[in-house]
Amino acid sequence: MGLLSRKATCNSHGQDSSYFLGWQEYEKNPYDEVENPQGIIQMGLAENQLSFDLLESWLAKNPDAASFRRDGQSIFKELALFQDYHGLPAFKNALVDFMSEIRGNKVKFDPSHVVLTAGATSANETLMFCLAEQGDAFLLPTPYYPGFDRDLKWRTGVEIVPIQCTSSNRFQITAAALEEAYQEAQRKNLRVKGVLVTNPSNPLGTTMTRDELDLLVNFITDKEIHLISDEIYSGTVFSPPAFVSVMEVLKDRNLGKTQVWERVHIVYSLSKDLGLPGFRVGAIYSNDPIVVAAATKMSSFGLVSSQTQYLLSAVLSDKKFTKEYIAKSRKRLQKQQSKLVAGLGKAGIGCLESNAGLFCWVDMRHLLSSDTFEAEMELWKRIVYDVKLNISPGSSCHCSEPGWFRVCFANMSEDTLKLAMQRLKSFIGSMAVNDRSHQELKNSRRKFRTKWVFRLSFQSFHDREQDER
Amino acid sequence: MEFTRNNRQLLSKIATNDRHGENSPYFDGWKAYDSNPYHPTHNPRGVIQMGLAENQLCFDLIEKWILENPDASICTAEGVDKFKDIAIFQDYHALKEFREGVAKLMGRVGGNRVIFDPNRIVTSGGATGANETVMFCLADPGDAFLVPSPYYAGFARDLRWRTGLDLVPVDCKSSDNFRITRAALEEAYEKAQRSNINVKGVIVANPSNPLGTVLDKETMRSLVSFVNDKNIHLVCDEIYAATTFSSPRFVSIAEIIQDMDCNRDLIHIVYSLSKDMGFPGFRVGIVYSFNDDVMNCARKMSSFGLVSSQTQFLLAAMLNDEEFVGNFLRESSKRLAKRHHAFTKGLERVGISSLKSNAGLFFWMDMRPLLKEQTVKAELELWRVIINKVKLNVSPGSSFQCSEPGWFRVCFANMDDQTVQVALERIREFVLQGKEEDDVSEKSKHWRKQNLRLSFSSSSRLYDEGLMSPAHMISPHSPIPRSPLVRART
Repeated sequence: MGLLSRKATCNSHGQDSSYFLGWQEYEKNPYDEVENPQGIIQMGLAENQLSFDLLESWLAKNPDAASFRRDGQSIFKELALFQDYHGLPAFKNALVDFMSEIRGNKVKFDPSHVVLTAGATSANETLMFCLAEQGDAFLLPTPYYPGFDRDLKWRTGVEIVPIQCTSSNRFQITAAALEEAYQEAQRKNLRVKGVLVTNPSNPLGTTMTRDELDLLVNFITDKEIHLISDEIYSGTVFSPPAFVSVMEVLKDRNLGKTQVWERVHIVYSLSKDLGLPGFRVGAIYSNDPIVVAAATKMSSFGLVSSQTQYLLSAVLSDKKFTKEYIAKSRKRLQKQQSKLVAGLGKAGIGCLESNAGLFCWVDMRHLLSSDTFEAEMELWKRIVYDVKLNISPGSSCHCSEPGWFRVCFANMSEDTLKLAMQRLKSFIGSMAVNDRSHQELKNSRRKFRTKWVFRLSFQSFHDREQDER
Repeated sequence: MEFTRNNRQLLSKIATNDRHGENSPYFDGWKAYDSNPYHPTHNPRGVIQMGLAENQLCFDLIEKWILENPDASICTAEGVDKFKDIAIFQDYHALKEFREGVAKLMGRVGGNRVIFDPNRIVTSGGATGANETVMFCLADPGDAFLVPSPYYAGFARDLRWRTGLDLVPVDCKSSDNFRITRAALEEAYEKAQRSNINVKGVIVANPSNPLGTVLDKETMRSLVSFVNDKNIHLVCDEIYAATTFSSPRFVSIAEIIQDMDCNRDLIHIVYSLSKDMGFPGFRVGIVYSFNDDVMNCARKMSSFGLVSSQTQFLLAAMLNDEEFVGNFLRESSKRLAKRHHAFTKGLERVGISSLKSNAGLFFWMDMRPLLKEQTVKAELELWRVIINKVKLNVSPGSSFQCSEPGWFRVCFANMDDQTVQVALERIREFVLQGKEEDDVSEKSKHWRKQNLRLSFSSSSRLYDEGLMSPAHMISPHSPIPRSPLVRART
């Protein structure tokens, strides 16, 4: 008998993958404007660092919330003792109002349907524990957040079956892809319990269209399964189209009193919208009372610190502040994103048109030495070591096409972003000079891409050459 | 709702079973408290809460420290320059200063006999999260852990619910002062083996909840040698370590293994600030394992329950203030000792004894002489009398899986001095009144009259689930009563 559990000795947490190489390199040589201007710039971290000044100035004006006081009286003891897993009512009330505001007040949320958890990481895992078990699977559209491999599968025993999305239609979910994924799960003898989507998408940075949402609702109704909508980036939508939550779709279609209503669950967090990942504030929103009851008990394993709940209940209850924050934050994100897009453009690099998130989904397929994931890794290593930018390769997000990279823009100043773009431009420029013939070959191959790309991934460049000859 | 029934089949077994242990017949009893909570002026005849193991004796010291250290908060003018860095800090290694502060505290609480390595400190969502995480690391669904009884009711949820493990109780007897004997361990282990139950380890709480006693060195050495022999794990939940208020001193398992030849890969400690400091709301749990693989795995799993960085920052400052910590620990012990003494001596005077204890936020009261008969049924009847007539909310031993009826856990650190007096007075009155009626049959009639018409399931049902854990006795919980913060907003 092994000394430890299978969970402790397996690799399902996914953290031994070679992608962490980029992170390690960054840790060894992190960019600093003053101390280390030649260091690696971190563009692999989806953090929102653009609006801390707004929070800081709010704190300056609200000293009570800052120091365990309410109306000038100390409430330290009450907070220190408060461990009710139903959460601080004032916080939940303020949170649902905030969620509503982000959705243009087109949906109202009921605080009694909210379960607070230590981050969306905990929320997603908890939902899995409630909805599925060993032998079950959830369908996820690719590309998806790499952390899902750990959060959804590791301790729960649940499997993920990908819904393959492609650049041919901007990576949108199609009925065919949904059905194919469902069949794939059946072939693997897995019982499909639901679909999990991230909307807005990580890593795409796009909001889901109403058509996609309708498609999803129809699909889960037909198959009688769950839908989890991870809306952690809902507050980062900085340009049209406006964010449409799945709850809005259900409401618009008058599905409020039907079975499917209780099978749609939302995950939220303040880590991206407010830029507070350290505070571990996540939430599950469900219309199924059994799920709410079970998840509430499970939240015992990862509650939100009462100190943090109290602070944020004060912040989010200030409606004047939240309105201002949401508006300013969106503007700043939009500005920074357009700088990234423009900078990439100058280097001859395009990206998926996006209107949300803290990153862009960048198209570097034309820079690959071959249409393979090996080539993608090759290119990625060059970008980490030579260009000194840490970005995330698409394969880490289970993208079906090599050559896409997620590049974050909201965790740095304008100047650092500018520098990053300059480095990239120089790198591309030098590539052009040195690899001109290589480039020509790649350009000609590009014409074949649409025909061959999906069926020929993993073939090496040399093999391909021979085939085509 | 009809849909709910149909949709239920689409949920996991975990979501729909009762292994969280929170659906308990004891819930009925608690309604008496919730509907009639004691208040010195508004409701002096209400029920006094003595079922909540909270440490409320030293908040004045903490509040003073907070006022004097505004830069420990990232939100005050003095500390806001650190707001951004802390707000984005989600590294599962946790803040270095926080780990250092915790390591120092653990060392100090262990009598400065051991040095704890800050790099081995792994955080978790309270001890609740820590215990579950350790189980996920050490055992697979279907495996089991031995646990000496009586034990904390929350273990049923924390160790079993989502992990799929089983608990095998190791019965400890009052004739032995509830000591964990090698013989009892061996017997429980062998019985499990015969039933094809794969025992992966032993989990003990030291100091014990509900007993309030510390483990002696001999017992601890015996535990270490037992797990070493069987090549199974030993998990020591030391959450009450600093609530030790008189001798013998608390000895951490870390100290024991320093002088023993044993496989350190088998030894793991769980700690928390919820009891020692009185901060259950801050959700600070710690896993300290001597096994590198477990440490690394637990650290990755801590992603599911990290301590808020805002809280880590505050507590780092507090725990690194060594003068404050020293003073706090000394003062806390003093106050706990005084409180414990007030209750146990007060009870002795009216002929009620309790297990000799020197730690914890409660004592283990012996009501066996007052039982109609030595059964769980009688214990629960007496329990209802205590709640409804004496108006004290205490916890019956059966909810801790105690193998002998008649014991009750009584918490003493969650009230002010005045309430202590009221509680003592009520117990005195109750016992003396009972003694006045010499006739035994009269006595039992008297008690039967006092029973409320509460629903009661037979003892067999109580044992069906293998657990009896009312919401109030496990943390975190849906507390009854609701805290003032909840009341104020709802």
